[in-house]
Amino acid sequence: MRRQLAIMRQSLFDQGYLDEQFIELEELQDDANPNFVEEVVTLYFRDSARLILNIQQALERKPFDFNKLDGYMHQFKGSSSSIGANKVKAESTLFREYCRSANAEGCLRAFQQLKKEYATLRKKLEAYFQLARQTGPLETASRPK
Amino acid sequence: MGMAADSEFHVLAVDDSIIDRKLIERLLKTSSYQVTTVDSGSKALEFLGLHEDLHDRIDQNTPSVSPNNHQEVEVNLVITDYCMPGMTGYDLLKKIKESSSLKNIPVVIMSSENVPSRISRCLEEGAEEFFLKPVRLSDLNKLRPHMLKTKSKDHCKEQVDEKTAFPSPKQEGKEESNNNKRKATEEGVSPERTRPRPRPRPNGITTMV
Repeated sequence: MRRQLAIMRQSLFDQGYLDEQFIELEELQDDANPNFVEEVVTLYFRDSARLILNIQQALERKPFDFNKLDGYMHQFKGSSSSIGANKVKAESTLFREYCRSANAEGCLRAFQQLKKEYATLRKKLEAYFQLARQTGPLETASRPK
Repeated sequence: MGMAADSEFHVLAVDDSIIDRKLIERLLKTSSYQVTTVDSGSKALEFLGLHEDLHDRIDQNTPSVSPNNHQEVEVNLVITDYCMPGMTGYDLLKKIKESSSLKNIPVVIMSSENVPSRISRCLEEGAEEFFLKPVRLSDLNKLRPHMLKTKSKDHCKEQVDEKTAFPSPKQEGKEESNNNKRKATEEGVSPERTRPRPRPRPNGITTMV
């Protein structure tokens, strides 16, 4: 099972879902704070669910308030970056570019894509932490190159 | 002074993001600092004992602040996010530097955005460091010298004056004062800083050309 966990973890990096910031989080975990990573990630999912809802609602009001949308996405991007959510962060950047060029269609498309990536990440991380809880802490492997 | 434990240093961290607050708290505690986190600039000022708007305070339990602005708890460094609703990190920095009782507290700014003009502005206003987010453990190694400087302030006042007094930063080109600031902050930092960084993303203070 430990091997399975290690493989799962490595693939998250290899497939670009996570970047080295996630490793920074892992390095902050210790015996005194054994669940730090999961706690941060849980906070992230809770907080970003709220932001996604806000964005969703903002996208239902025409015309779009691009400033407001950009503001929400700035927050979302920030926290995604803080946990190492690489793909989600990239989608956020794209969305913000569309906001800045006031491209409504672009925003809608980018948001759909972002939600997909976010949902995928969430599923994968939930599976990862579930397995981690069963397995116990992993010695963190080498950094992705 | 001797080798005092870092846990005697108390850092006030300000960030409106709950994730980033949790992160900075862990980073600071891992570096053995005492930490207090708040989610806004106004709460930071309250904690520091400086009430923003004395006249509007209707809270009966709050004593009016004397001109000496007695600090409730000693804070050795303030680390704040730049982008916050209401009072930005820059606004907070300004208020701290404008306060006679707080101006010697080192302030560090964090931002997710690498905007050179923003960085210079903060450094010119007196920020000691500007960290790009996400902040990492290695960034925090830069904090200790600033806190030590403040601790020994009472013994070596000239030293502090030397470091904080820049040759008319407002008259000279921004770049120059920026360079002075960067030099000051690079003192006493480990050699790894001078190597080309392995990570593609720049850390700490950057100048973009």
